[in-house]
Amino acid sequence: MPKVTYIEANGAKHDVTVDSGSNCRDAAVDNDIPGIDGDCGGVCACATCHVYVDPAWLGKTGKAAPGEMEAELLQFAPDFRDNSRLACQIKMTDALDGLVLHVPEGQH
Amino acid sequence: MTVAQTNKTLRDAVNKIPLDQMDVSDPLLFQNDTIGEYFRRLRAEDPVNYCAKSPNGPYWSVTKFNDIVRVDTDHKSFSSDAARGGIVLGGLGVPTEASAMGGLEMFIAMDPPKHDEQRKVVSPIVAPHNLETLEPIIRERAAAILDSLPIGEEIDWVDQVSIELTTMTLATLFDFPWEERRKLTRWSDVVTSSPGNGVDSWEQWQQELTECAMYFKNLWDQRVGGEQKHDLISMLAGSPATANMPFQEFLGNLILLIVGGNDTTRNSISGGVLALNENPAEYAKLMKNPGLITGMVSEIIRWQSPITSMMRTALCDAEVGGKKIREGDKAVMWYLSGNRDSEVIERADEFLIDRKNPRQHLSFGFGIHRCVGNRLAELQLRIIWEEIVKRFSKVEVVGKPVRSLSHVIHGFTKMPVKLHAH
Ligand code: HEM
Ligand code: FES
Repeated sequence: MPKVTYIEANGAKHDVTVDSGSNCRDAAVDNDIPGIDGDCGGVCACATCHVYVDPAWLGKTGKAAPGEMEAELLQFAPDFRDNSRLACQIKMTDALDGLVLHVPEGQH
Repeated sequence: MTVAQTNKTLRDAVNKIPLDQMDVSDPLLFQNDTIGEYFRRLRAEDPVNYCAKSPNGPYWSVTKFNDIVRVDTDHKSFSSDAARGGIVLGGLGVPTEASAMGGLEMFIAMDPPKHDEQRKVVSPIVAPHNLETLEPIIRERAAAILDSLPIGEEIDWVDQVSIELTTMTLATLFDFPWEERRKLTRWSDVVTSSPGNGVDSWEQWQQELTECAMYFKNLWDQRVGGEQKHDLISMLAGSPATANMPFQEFLGNLILLIVGGNDTTRNSISGGVLALNENPAEYAKLMKNPGLITGMVSEIIRWQSPITSMMRTALCDAEVGGKKIREGDKAVMWYLSGNRDSEVIERADEFLIDRKNPRQHLSFGFGIHRCVGNRLAELQLRIIWEEIVKRFSKVEVVGKPVRSLSHVIHGFTKMPVKLHAH
């Protein structure tokens, strides 16, 4: 199964295995990764699953498409950056095995 | 009659109403707390229901969780714009005089792009990280209020505790002159009142809000360029994005922050006490394990649904739950109903302080207008409950609570309680 590493704002690292086909919000919530709340259950409606994709992986995950709901919600996130994504919109595939995601300081 | 018989009688009566004559916006149904039965029927038989005639005009009711998310996240089809009718079925009661004052333009009732610009400015200020610095002061002041309450005597929880605590946290957030803090509550109440309902006339309404504007102008002038403090006014005045904001815009945003956190917090504090009293097993769990408070706070917000609904106006024809909503139609998203939808929320009709996904509820809305103060609300409620549990073995409801006469603000005007010490 592919593996994802979540790195908290304080540097704490969590390695999690994720089923292909699942998404990075569900994997985080199921494994109690601090800082990823995922209030809407993963339907791109709340922006509390905000993560920064490690720059080395951005080519593979892609960026949030401008004008789509994901990007519209992300623009309100505190400290929104070019590599910001909503974890629920990152579908796990074997190609993403080893993915590194940074968790922001807070979400609301 | 027993409770079971009363429930059956009510259910039979609701089941007899023709579906095209259901008007769930009748404020009496909320005041006498029978509304749940109406929503139960709509969810089961006609989840997207059209009411052709009501004192609030014709409107659609959207009653199921997923349909509500669908409308709330489709701001391209469903507008919040005040000019089209805004976000409250029947109107907020804000008169045209308000626009003359120009001070009540709030981004909750705007569409992109203006909404987005203003929300971006306000959002970081109520981000969880910023609020941490306020936690110790809120805690200390909550403790003082709770310590001053009499044990074993009947008191009104709404007036003496919920309003007092909410006013205190608002005053703390704005670093508002402490002795005058009830002004904040008053202004917040005035914004949503109308002649005969909180104020005597629109002149009085306008005069009080002008006083509010002047007062804040004064605080703003004092703080702009002053030392950087952590209250919300200083943060607005000190941030490059907002320091040069036109005053009217600043005022609109400020009033939105005050109103947004007033009734909602107040009624969550009261609603939590009632829910725990009606569910003694949950109260026992809480007292045994105060670590459950974080999850309980979300459950209280789901259970109470302090804002029953938000309205949208269709900008184009749109399909929701198999029904065709036409351009110009009003659609009301009933969060209170969606929060009881057992297809999405397990055991939705039960108040469970340790449920698995307590945050998955509709009370804060979803999409671009989702409540920006959600973590602030949770923080306040968590601190307050931590301090309540430390002091009292039970807050006992000793008489029938009186519910608000409103189809939007879901709350209480009175709740007699007795406090029991540990
Ligand atoms: C339990 C407490 C609260 C509840 C249930 C609540 C509920 C809501 C709801 C339902 C919306 C509209 C969502 C939509 O249209 O989709 C909203 C928006 C908003 N709330 Fe809250 N709220 C609460 C506390 C607060 C607090 C404490 C603040 C103060 C910071 C606040 C400030 C706002 C603002 C500024 C908006 C407008 C957001 C926008 O339009 O982008 N709320 N809230
Ligand atoms: S979980 Fe709500 S947007 Fe991802």
